[in-house]
Amino acid sequence: MDEGAADVNLFQLTWEYLTTGSNWTGNGGLLDRLGEQLLLTVTALLVAMVVGLPIALWLGHIGKGGFLAINISNIGRAIPTFALLAVLVTADWPGSGEFGPYGRAGLATLIALVLFALPPLITNAYVAVREVPDDIKEAAIGMGMSGSQRFWRVELPLAMPLVMSGIRLALVQVWATATIAALVAGPGVGRIIVDGFARNLYSQGIAAAVVVALAALVLEIGAATAQRAVDRVPREPRRTERRALSAAGPTLS
Amino acid sequence: MTLLVGAVPGAAPETDGPSCYSALVNEWWCAQYVQDRQDEIVDATVQHLGITVAALLFGVVIAFPLALLARRLPRLESTILGVSTGIYTIPSLALLPLMVPFTGLTATTVVIGLGLYALTVLVRAMLDAFRSVPDDVVESATGLGYAPTRLLFKIELPLALPVLMAGLRVATVSTVALVTVGTLVAYGGLGNLISHGVQRDFRAELVTAGVLCVLLALLLDVLLVALQWLLTPWTRGLPT
Repeated sequence: MDEGAADVNLFQLTWEYLTTGSNWTGNGGLLDRLGEQLLLTVTALLVAMVVGLPIALWLGHIGKGGFLAINISNIGRAIPTFALLAVLVTADWPGSGEFGPYGRAGLATLIALVLFALPPLITNAYVAVREVPDDIKEAAIGMGMSGSQRFWRVELPLAMPLVMSGIRLALVQVWATATIAALVAGPGVGRIIVDGFARNLYSQGIAAAVVVALAALVLEIGAATAQRAVDRVPREPRRTERRALSAAGPTLS
Repeated sequence: MTLLVGAVPGAAPETDGPSCYSALVNEWWCAQYVQDRQDEIVDATVQHLGITVAALLFGVVIAFPLALLARRLPRLESTILGVSTGIYTIPSLALLPLMVPFTGLTATTVVIGLGLYALTVLVRAMLDAFRSVPDDVVESATGLGYAPTRLLFKIELPLALPVLMAGLRVATVSTVALVTVGTLVAYGGLGNLISHGVQRDFRAELVTAGVLCVLLALLLDVLLVALQWLLTPWTRGLPT
């Protein structure tokens, strides 16, 4: 694989791997692993939303805990997902045992996924509610709205776009982390990548990487479309709209 | 998985009784381990730092001209932002294999792969940074007779520095964490130790490596803050 000719061969082998039906079907095949990773991603994202969003939205509403809500993203960025997964898998609990449909090291992976989904969710949701303009909040108070009325009828609708982009960021983060779970022999398509590289079957590793990357793009485009559909509040086009992509800033993994 | 271990020598024989990192005890933190495997740990940290710095340099060198171009051509801006969002969506464990046909199982694969991520963060930061320069300042400078190049380096770049450095800090901290994934192609710096630790159920090794990663990220972040303080004397004493 250090010669030009060998590299051309590698593309060919990768294509062959992707176009061979038996690589997709069966136990541990691409479809099986893809389903496993999607299940992990959806579960972790839902858990993180149920846990993180109410707290973050409430903190934003009462305007407290901002330091923590914003810095949790910086902390999350500095901790390597691989290191956290390694600790969880090596520990007595959760360890690397099978966990229902989530596969080997399923529980450890789920915990790591939820932990890494929380920072973008919390930071964006907090900032979203916090940055509802003061004059609008004052107008709502002037109209005699109670605290909860203000939250449900004024702050939450205005915060939705930024909350949604936090969910999008979390989705990308969770999908990436679920792939890395393979480095600790966890579930997901990443397993086929790591196996390929461990056994010098590079075409297999690259083929699975193509599948993971394409699935990531499809998820991101799907999420962006859903976001646009949900964002029904009419608003004038803002110059700063692009910044709304993330208050948390990108979290990579 | 044996391929991944390549860079790391096998477990050392226990010479003087069970230490805190023997398989029987297997403690999470073990000073004896750090002492005994000092060379290995230092090598991994140096590799980690080297890959991080190289990837960031790659990112900065490419992001800067791209940001300047995008500033001139608005249509190019949306293309660049779209592509960079696309790259950032791809998981690192998938991006590295995609580089392998071009650069093989080398440190270059990790440097370019992570450089691409840094690039996506940096281009955005640079565009935001240039936008943060007040228009009236640019107009005054133009009125004073600043030519475009001098305007860029003497006026715009210094004023854009705070936003730019914020982006660089995000890119740096992310890159340090991501280098660990490079263990897939055996160039993961401290990630190689984490990988070895997982395979041998060697807690002290993987925890030490993980903690060093976080410390390295913090250290580089502090250095960048200090650099920014040195470079922007006019912002001192102002609320940030």
